[in-house]
Amino acid sequence: MAQPRSLFKKIWDRHSITTNEAGQSLLFIDRHFCHELSFHAFNMLHGNNRTVRHPERTFAIPDHYTPTTGLNDTDYVDADTQALVQNLISNAERNKLNLFGLGDERRGIIHVVGPEQGITQPGTIIVCGDSHTSTHGALGALAFGIGASDVSHVLATQTLWQPKPKSMRVTVTGKRPTGVTAKDVILTIIGHIGAAGGTGHVIEYAGSAIQELSVDERLTVCNMSIEAGARAGMIAPDDTTYNYLRGRPFAPQGNDWEQAEEFWRSLPTDEGATFDREETLDATSIEPMVTWGTSPEDVLPVGASIPDPASETDPKRQDALHRKMDYMGLIPGQPISDIKVDRVFIGSCTNSRIEDLRDAANILNGRTARIPAIIVPGSGLIRAQAEQEGLDKVFEAAGVEWRPAAGCSMCIGVNGDFVKNEERCASTSNRNFEGRQGRGARTHLVSPAMAAAAAVTGHFTDVRKMEKN
Amino acid sequence: MEPFTCFTAAAVPMDQDNIDTDQILPARHLMMPRDERYGGYVFKDLRLDQDGNEIESFILNQDGFRPSRIIVAAHNFGCGSSREGAVFTLVDAGFRAIIATSFGDIFYNNSFNNGLLPVVLPEETVQLLRQQLHEGAGAEVTVDLEAQTVTGPDQSVYPFEIDAHRRNRLLKGLDAVGYTLQYVYDITTFEGQYSDDAPWELSTAQQ
Ligand code: SF4
Repeated sequence: MAQPRSLFKKIWDRHSITTNEAGQSLLFIDRHFCHELSFHAFNMLHGNNRTVRHPERTFAIPDHYTPTTGLNDTDYVDADTQALVQNLISNAERNKLNLFGLGDERRGIIHVVGPEQGITQPGTIIVCGDSHTSTHGALGALAFGIGASDVSHVLATQTLWQPKPKSMRVTVTGKRPTGVTAKDVILTIIGHIGAAGGTGHVIEYAGSAIQELSVDERLTVCNMSIEAGARAGMIAPDDTTYNYLRGRPFAPQGNDWEQAEEFWRSLPTDEGATFDREETLDATSIEPMVTWGTSPEDVLPVGASIPDPASETDPKRQDALHRKMDYMGLIPGQPISDIKVDRVFIGSCTNSRIEDLRDAANILNGRTARIPAIIVPGSGLIRAQAEQEGLDKVFEAAGVEWRPAAGCSMCIGVNGDFVKNEERCASTSNRNFEGRQGRGARTHLVSPAMAAAAAVTGHFTDVRKMEKN
Repeated sequence: MEPFTCFTAAAVPMDQDNIDTDQILPARHLMMPRDERYGGYVFKDLRLDQDGNEIESFILNQDGFRPSRIIVAAHNFGCGSSREGAVFTLVDAGFRAIIATSFGDIFYNNSFNNGLLPVVLPEETVQLLRQQLHEGAGAEVTVDLEAQTVTGPDQSVYPFEIDAHRRNRLLKGLDAVGYTLQYVYDITTFEGQYSDDAPWELSTAQQ
């Protein structure tokens, strides 16, 4: 009998064109996404007089620098950002790439659009010059971020040399309690294995608590794999996946679908396949989480208190704690629920899908935000769906700003939406690094429901205590 | 790309874990084209305050460490985003090698595409190196890719491991795309077989 193989191994083997003397595999790349910051790669490609080998496999979508108030000239924060967006569009046109340009309702954050359009499919290898490419693994793809030189390599050859990563399985058993979201699950996992815990590994998320997640939720989990240091995160395709994909514009249709589904059903990890590392977590003990420091591993349940550096014996760790507290403006031992928040951001490739917006609306419904809050949909289609469901009315009634144009926005703060120096932001994005949302910005990562709750109360509040209104 | 064989230079210890790519090159500067300004942005927000004045406590602002061309870091250096700009800015500022216990995977990969050598050494060694560098600012470290060794300020020699393909590319300063194009026959054959096996796959990508 054939060796039992993992989902990851099956995809890897199927895409390996050849291996070299060092044991690296030359992998065939099925889908490739580009955004504005791919400009270095296009410059490298054109500078070497090379062309795109498979333009039909590359999708260009501006998302990082596009404004969220609208897409008129006056909405751009400055001429440079607009030029960068235009530059991607002209590179896409010059090289005949698939382009979801300005004014295209399908446009949005790449990692939201790929799954939504059915471009992301089980068993594929997907790359993009963006670390959160790991998101696409939620549909059973092997998806990972690469740098500009590798982007130009993929454009020119549709391949990449890769040493084989190690594998890790994170099994989440049991059922997650009410009020606990996929964001809390992944934050708990990161807190458990650490920001470098997954380095060199591809993570497969498994177990009953993962299987019962919707695709939107799975995308949230896989999105933050990179925050655990992992190359990629993936979840085996199942009926949830197929039901989600069926009928999407770029998904196989008709007879093609039948063949595709048959193949996809062969992908899940075989019984008896082994992993280099196994971790298990119990979903029943997971609580709504809040990050307090400047690494996603600095995370605690909302009911906990900020650590006290004085109780740390290792001087290096004590130093690191002091530094984080200083940057974040926190008091040692302070209860998290006492921390006052200045602003709220709901959006990003982690949490800007329709279910995230419904979660936020659920908390905001009939309540009023005390602090400035913005909500940015992940794609034009999500915006339309939310408005059809009347979520925009809920947000407006709560005094929350509903932004009409999709994009990365305050997650990275380069399009004019940023958090001011020393301002504290409850954010549904994925990175709380120093300066990530703007110079001196103090980011706390939370779920959409927790972010909405913070908007209403002005401090971190356990959503489980305010679910009903 | 400039080949890397053996490099000796003053080294700077950076004690923090998780020095992420936003700290190496803040996102606000990502839209810059690759030109002579790039190196000036390295560790921008750690180095300079809001008004552009040097932050004294940052180690690279301390006279003895200014000429450093090698960094000895801690855990998970270069974690975070895929921005190759983080490598561009280090290289353009003159850094040729980073020693740490672990690196962000994408940063590690990007380094080899730009002639920057990331070296993984065990925790005790990295700690000892940092301690020696703190004690004698401006002390030199040698990174020898050919021999796969690091020589510390006290002349102790530490071997390191590296993937043979990456090592070879760096030693020769090879262009990655040029190398892969030697395999174009294999790629074309693979593609033919691939679309025969899964005709639905290509049809959907071409929509
Ligand atoms: S939303 Fe944030 S994390 Fe996601 S792609 Fe955009 S900038 Fe990156």
